[in-house]
Amino acid sequence: MSFYRMHIIIPMDEEAVEHGAIEVKRELSELIEKNNLKDEVKVIETGPVGVVGKGVVMIIYPERLYYYNVKPSDVKEIFEEHIVKGRIVKRIEHDYGEKRAGKIVDYKTVGLTREQKRVVLDRCSIINTLDMEEVIAKGGYSAIEKIISEKIKPEEIIEEVKNSGLRGRGGAGFPTGLKWDFTRRTPGDEKYLICNADEGEPGTYKDRLILEGDPHKLIEAMIIGGYAVGAEKGYIYIRGEYQLSIERTQKAIDDARKFNLLGKNILESGINFDIEIKKGAGAYVCGEETALIESLEGKRGQPRKKPPYPVNKGLWEKPTAVNNVETLANIPAIIINGANWFKNLGAVNSSGTKVFTILGHVEYPGLVEVEMGTPLKDIINIYGGGVKKGKKFKAALIGGAAGVFLSEKLLNVSMDYESLKENKAVLGSGAILVMDEDTSIPEILFSILKFFAHESCGQCSPCRIGTRHLVDLIYKIKNGEGTEKDLDMMLKIVETMKETSFCPLGQSVIMPVKSALTNFKEDFIKILNKKNNEEVLNA
Amino acid sequence: MHRTVKLYIDNNEVEVPEGTTIVEAAKKIGVNIPTLCYFEDLHPTGACGICVVEMEGTPAPKRACTTPVMEGMKVKTNSAKLRAMRKNVLEMILSNHNVECPSCYANGKCDLQELANNMAVDMNALPLILEDKPLDISSVSIIREPDKCIACGRCVVVCNEVQTVYALAFADRGFEVSVNTFFKEGLGNSACVNCGQCTVVCPTGALRERSEIDEVWKAILDPEKVVVVQEAPAIRVTLAEEFGMEPGLATTGKMHAVLKKMGFDHVFDTNFSADLTILEEGTELVERVKRGGTLPLITSCSPGWIKFMETYFPDFAENTSTCKSPQQMFGALVKTYFAKMYKIDPEKIVSVSIMPCTAKKYEARRPEMRDSGYQDVDFVLTTREFVRMIKESGIDFKTIPEEKAEKLMGEYTGAATIFGATGGVMEAAIRSAYFLLTGENMKNLDVEAVRGMEGIKEAELEIPAKELGNLKVKVAVAHGLGNARKLLDKVRKQIKETGKSEYAFIEIMACPGGCVGGGGQPYGSTIAMRARRGEGLYKEDKNLPMRQSHENPMVMGEEGVYAKFLGKPGSHKAHELLHTCYFERDICKGAVVKELTHKH
Repeated sequence: MSFYRMHIIIPMDEEAVEHGAIEVKRELSELIEKNNLKDEVKVIETGPVGVVGKGVVMIIYPERLYYYNVKPSDVKEIFEEHIVKGRIVKRIEHDYGEKRAGKIVDYKTVGLTREQKRVVLDRCSIINTLDMEEVIAKGGYSAIEKIISEKIKPEEIIEEVKNSGLRGRGGAGFPTGLKWDFTRRTPGDEKYLICNADEGEPGTYKDRLILEGDPHKLIEAMIIGGYAVGAEKGYIYIRGEYQLSIERTQKAIDDARKFNLLGKNILESGINFDIEIKKGAGAYVCGEETALIESLEGKRGQPRKKPPYPVNKGLWEKPTAVNNVETLANIPAIIINGANWFKNLGAVNSSGTKVFTILGHVEYPGLVEVEMGTPLKDIINIYGGGVKKGKKFKAALIGGAAGVFLSEKLLNVSMDYESLKENKAVLGSGAILVMDEDTSIPEILFSILKFFAHESCGQCSPCRIGTRHLVDLIYKIKNGEGTEKDLDMMLKIVETMKETSFCPLGQSVIMPVKSALTNFKEDFIKILNKKNNEEVLNA
Repeated sequence: MHRTVKLYIDNNEVEVPEGTTIVEAAKKIGVNIPTLCYFEDLHPTGACGICVVEMEGTPAPKRACTTPVMEGMKVKTNSAKLRAMRKNVLEMILSNHNVECPSCYANGKCDLQELANNMAVDMNALPLILEDKPLDISSVSIIREPDKCIACGRCVVVCNEVQTVYALAFADRGFEVSVNTFFKEGLGNSACVNCGQCTVVCPTGALRERSEIDEVWKAILDPEKVVVVQEAPAIRVTLAEEFGMEPGLATTGKMHAVLKKMGFDHVFDTNFSADLTILEEGTELVERVKRGGTLPLITSCSPGWIKFMETYFPDFAENTSTCKSPQQMFGALVKTYFAKMYKIDPEKIVSVSIMPCTAKKYEARRPEMRDSGYQDVDFVLTTREFVRMIKESGIDFKTIPEEKAEKLMGEYTGAATIFGATGGVMEAAIRSAYFLLTGENMKNLDVEAVRGMEGIKEAELEIPAKELGNLKVKVAVAHGLGNARKLLDKVRKQIKETGKSEYAFIEIMACPGGCVGGGGQPYGSTIAMRARRGEGLYKEDKNLPMRQSHENPMVMGEEGVYAKFLGKPGSHKAHELLHTCYFERDICKGAVVKELTHKH
């Protein structure tokens, strides 16, 4: 094994690729090669580090220095100045605003890239996740190895997952072990495990980063899950727009097959399991598990009636467990470290960590993995760098479009299932949209309601017609033509949709609407009849 | 063996088989939970959200139509909250519905109208958000009015699950959702076979027949025209329920009387040509059995089935009887035989039929149905249109004295009248085929095995044939095209594997229940209602003096159509006027691909 004096990490995600990461990597490698430095300097392509809006990022070890917005045209300078002469290219150094004169800023100590509690993202941006040997060296597939060598039975796995308290990270928070148990107990010789990677909740991109960053973790988890529930076939339903995720996951599947980690008689254990990727066509509702199954079967993606639940009658009417990407990505660590270790992470009834995506008016938008129960304000201030440009915090929309608007009164809330529930909010997908004092809540609500109207599958009348009325009403209100009656009408519609919609899409529209109208009532009241009043005044 | 489940609905204990839904269970205690998209004979779609009920221990209300019962479940079907929710949902639906009740075809039969009235909704609760949606007038049988569609999905379920025609599906999503056809090119350019089951189950009049009422009135009121009318068997057992009389009661005499009073110049009866069909088809069957022709022979009375065959089972074209349907046999004879006998210029004749069927409108306009030298049948009215006309004319159907149809093409036997029920054509054919093969009448004319609402029925007959010795014949009956598909898939497999099928003769009717369940029958006809109409036909058959087609004097007698005009069954002239040919059609647009059989 050779010793390198310098490692250069180029994290790769959809955004980086778009901004020329592949060219940056190629040019840098060429320069290193041309100058005979390839025994001294190693370039590593890794999964994403978690920052967004910063273009191509480059992390240089051993300095732990962090460049951002690197363009292919910057490569020569970085090479000549930093790599050859050891001088930092200040122009593109990301110092998180902490101008420490003359000192290098360790990226692990500041902002979004600050040290986190990474369980599902532990290998992201550290190793080349496409290199099977690196993955295995960094603990990949060791949970499978443990299961095989210690002859752990499926029931024991399920018991362990149950004891860990792991709950679904897709939004509903259903106990994962229980879901697996139901699937296992339903009689049937053919069963399926589906990974729901149809990430469509606005402002959420955690699953994408896991798929881009460490697809092998997901594959390992699915093998374990398949073995536990009694499925020999798994599907990963990936949102079609996630091109890089699809490519990388497919490569990981191919590599795993080569290593006999997928396919027949895995590592001569007698376990059979294989995975196929299915691309989604971008409908939000297909994130709902039964709509996803319909789509997987080649039908129109709309939710099925429940019961029967997928654990009893899922894909092709066979018992099926559908798990979110992040949920599954917790499994290998639970097997390796045990249920108690996992349970000790996080909060009451909310074990483990959670990947949050912070966006909106924060200094450093991006993704962090922290323990469940971390206060909202810590996530926003410590990792997100606080409200952008020093403005005042106004609101945070938690959990995506089907989430809840929180006011500053709840900045201290612990981000876990139970604490949020107590405050009439939901964890949802873990998206945190921060809004500053200048934000118009009616405008944001308009955009959310347009989203729902666009994404309603149209199957049931409350959602199909309700979402349309809501768009009309909020449009009228935000333009200053609304009345008190319109606000009441909105509430009446969302209440009705909550009680009578066919699936969670329609049922959850009440959350953003009611929380906006309750927690930010004055924002709406002050613009009611505005146009009318102005006309009266002008007359 | 069914396990049962005990539950409580509005504090009433009720025990029902496992798998029963709450809406069905509630009926047991006499509670009809308000529903809109639910239809008792179809799989529930759960689309509308009206039937929500509260369940103890469940935070949100559940749909009664899709939720199966569970042991110990405590259900509340009415509460302040449920009332409010139902009303709100209805108001939403109405805000996107073309409310033109007075002129709507479904007025008085519309489930949405009835619910809205029962619940006293506020029509102004929400602003109207209805968008401009053009009518689909591409089909000669069925018109779609998308601005009345509430996307309940009943038509989609009946078209895809019950009929397996696959002409209707949901397109687009959200508020733009519409029930639509292949590439939105309209029903007339789709696989639609015009069975009209979608119109029967549509709760709001968004699907209906293409009306020919105005054309028919115009002809009746034109002194120059000689307007001749025929009525299908099923009509006589359907009118009663529409005029407040006992459902299923045969009102043949009143039907003929009302037609005369309305001003039709000659009132005949399709039952006459049903008897004729049996003679032609029976002869064809006997010939095929004797000469080793293509078997099984399949009936051809149902134009929905014919287009279905042409689209999905063109390999069965040779099996399908070459006989025209009774409507078209009648039509071909009106402008030839009747014109000749009554010395009327066929140019002046307007031939009208009253059918329980929307596909008959399409059949009458098939280009090959012009063997008289004219369009054989000019106008086809559905039962629903006929009822409207009676109501418009102001004639009191309930009290009108009975009259008889004109003899020439109005005489009929019991065998003809049961054509209207599933299995009826089979039974009528068996009665006459037995006679044709043995020279004797059957001792017991009731072939119970082919009656009733079972989807696919079978019977095995022993016929002591004169020339062929003791014949063992297996027959099958399917009604509803989904059942037809199941049966034919089986036959196709048998033929593929062994070269022949176990069946010699098969009756297929496109609509569940046969013609009494036709697509032109009253809105909302359930299987139970269809069965009652069928029973009415069997009752009429039982009470008729003649019960076998070959006994019909106006068909087989000295004064009959064969003696006076056609020669004998299967004659050249009969073939010219009474038989037809079939075309292969593409499954996307229903257009003709090629001719499958030729007219002899």
